Amino acid sequence: MKTASRIYTVLLFLFLFAPIAILLVFSFNEAKSLSVFTGFSLKWYRELFHDEATLQSVRNTLLLAVSAMVISTVMGTAAAVGIERLRVKWLRYTLNTATDIPMTNPDIITGISLMLMFVFVGRLFGLANSLSFWTLLIAHVTFCLPYVILQVLPRLRQMDPSLPEAAEDLGCTPLRAFFKVTIPEIMPGILTGAVMAFTMSLDDFVISYFTSGAGFQTLPIRIYNMTKKTVTPKMYALATIIFFVILALLLISNLTDQGEKKKD
Amino acid sequence: MTRSRTLHNVILAPYSLWALLFILVPLAFVAYYAFTDNAFAFTTDNIARFFTATSVVDGAEVRTYLLIFWRSLKLAVISTVLCLLLGYPLAYIMARASDRSQKIMMILIMIPMWMNFLIRTYAWMTILQDTGILNGFLTSLGLGRVHIIGTESAVVIGMVYDYLPYMVLPIYSIMAKMDLKLLEAARDLGCNSFGVLRRVIFPLSLPGVLSGITMVLIPSVSTFYISQKLGNGKFFLIGDAIEGQYVANNLHFAAAMAFILMVILLAVMALMKHFTNRQVYGGDDT
Repeated sequence: MKTASRIYTVLLFLFLFAPIAILLVFSFNEAKSLSVFTGFSLKWYRELFHDEATLQSVRNTLLLAVSAMVISTVMGTAAAVGIERLRVKWLRYTLNTATDIPMTNPDIITGISLMLMFVFVGRLFGLANSLSFWTLLIAHVTFCLPYVILQVLPRLRQMDPSLPEAAEDLGCTPLRAFFKVTIPEIMPGILTGAVMAFTMSLDDFVISYFTSGAGFQTLPIRIYNMTKKTVTPKMYALATIIFFVILALLLISNLTDQGEKKKD
Repeated sequence: MTRSRTLHNVILAPYSLWALLFILVPLAFVAYYAFTDNAFAFTTDNIARFFTATSVVDGAEVRTYLLIFWRSLKLAVISTVLCLLLGYPLAYIMARASDRSQKIMMILIMIPMWMNFLIRTYAWMTILQDTGILNGFLTSLGLGRVHIIGTESAVVIGMVYDYLPYMVLPIYSIMAKMDLKLLEAARDLGCNSFGVLRRVIFPLSLPGVLSGITMVLIPSVSTFYISQKLGNGKFFLIGDAIEGQYVANNLHFAAAMAFILMVILLAVMALMKHFTNRQVYGGDDT
């Protein structure tokens, strides 16, 4: 039984990593071919670092992800605190349902729905093309918000509600009690929510595809446009770099986790 | 107390406004576009077109969009079932492994999820092509070539590959928290291994299974990139059809298809929720 499950696990991970292994190997291919390996070369990496459009799309993606993360984390945390204390039942129910919609709707519908509204409102103001960085940012904040809210809400429920009340009784203003007592208590949820928002924004293709204009290209959209034609190993070089960055981040976060556990 | 109530209402205001403007109103726009023509006059033509448009495939007249929709649903269900069959045992193995192996396997599952799925799907295209790596491998073994690219199987492979981690993770996180004493109790009371699995582990893991199914079914029923790269032709799945109408600037028909897709998915989800609620709380076993 033990060996059977071990073989099964190895086979599944081989399936999951087969295309990634091919990306890694062929990014070092000398020839342009993506199926015949002719010799080792770093030329696709050199080409990648001279491809200004791709580098710009990386900068765009990071700018967008950081902006979407900051806005959705601040607004989402505030929203979670408000929803948790809300006494009006129907409003609470409506807000919870609205929060679930971007999570359960297919991305294509979220993208189309926002695009239709942007186009319609743009026409009202006589704009031929209303899609831009700002519409993209609105879209990203919209699909990041639920992740923040759903991370912060459980933390609030675990928190003793008498803590901020005690701070107020001892002379804190509600605002000061909020920043000094509530925020530190729910910080782990806020941080996880922020990380999730950041990664969702980095990785999103479908919603960005419908809500971005020609002037502002993110990396996934750049990759989409590149894969419309025949792809050069340059893109594989990019994927290889992404792979090692992710690997490093995951290892670091796991190691620090273990470090913290040992301190406890 | 009243002052803090005011504070809570004030900080909730921006999100309430945001949810109204950018979640609820856009959905209303989908319905509005679906039921209007280019001059924004009311019409049911877009919806009717989805159900009645015909075209000729292999000499036979077929309902174009119903066929596409049926194919999307079929491939998404097949992929979801395959993900469940492949992912459930893996989640089980992961949950039973040592802490260290669990951590390593988690990292291995997360890496593909965080890498851009467009590049990974494109890599599958180079593997499955007629002159690709798989066929090169098969011919070097002296076996014949296989033609996969452009078929429904290729699309299913792509979907299972892309969405398998979304099935494994929710099931694993439920199983990792499961109380081992329950399993021991079942065994003490005379259950064999299969009985423990069927009567204890599976019912307890149902919430994870349900969220896994949703997380695989919804993206695979609405994808357009996987079918563009691994399927054949332009209008292979419903996602392709919607994207194609968007590119052709037929926003009203694109909205009509999005509207129909949304209504059907809502119905499926409601049914599924109803079904599992009965399973979990009603109890079907004697």
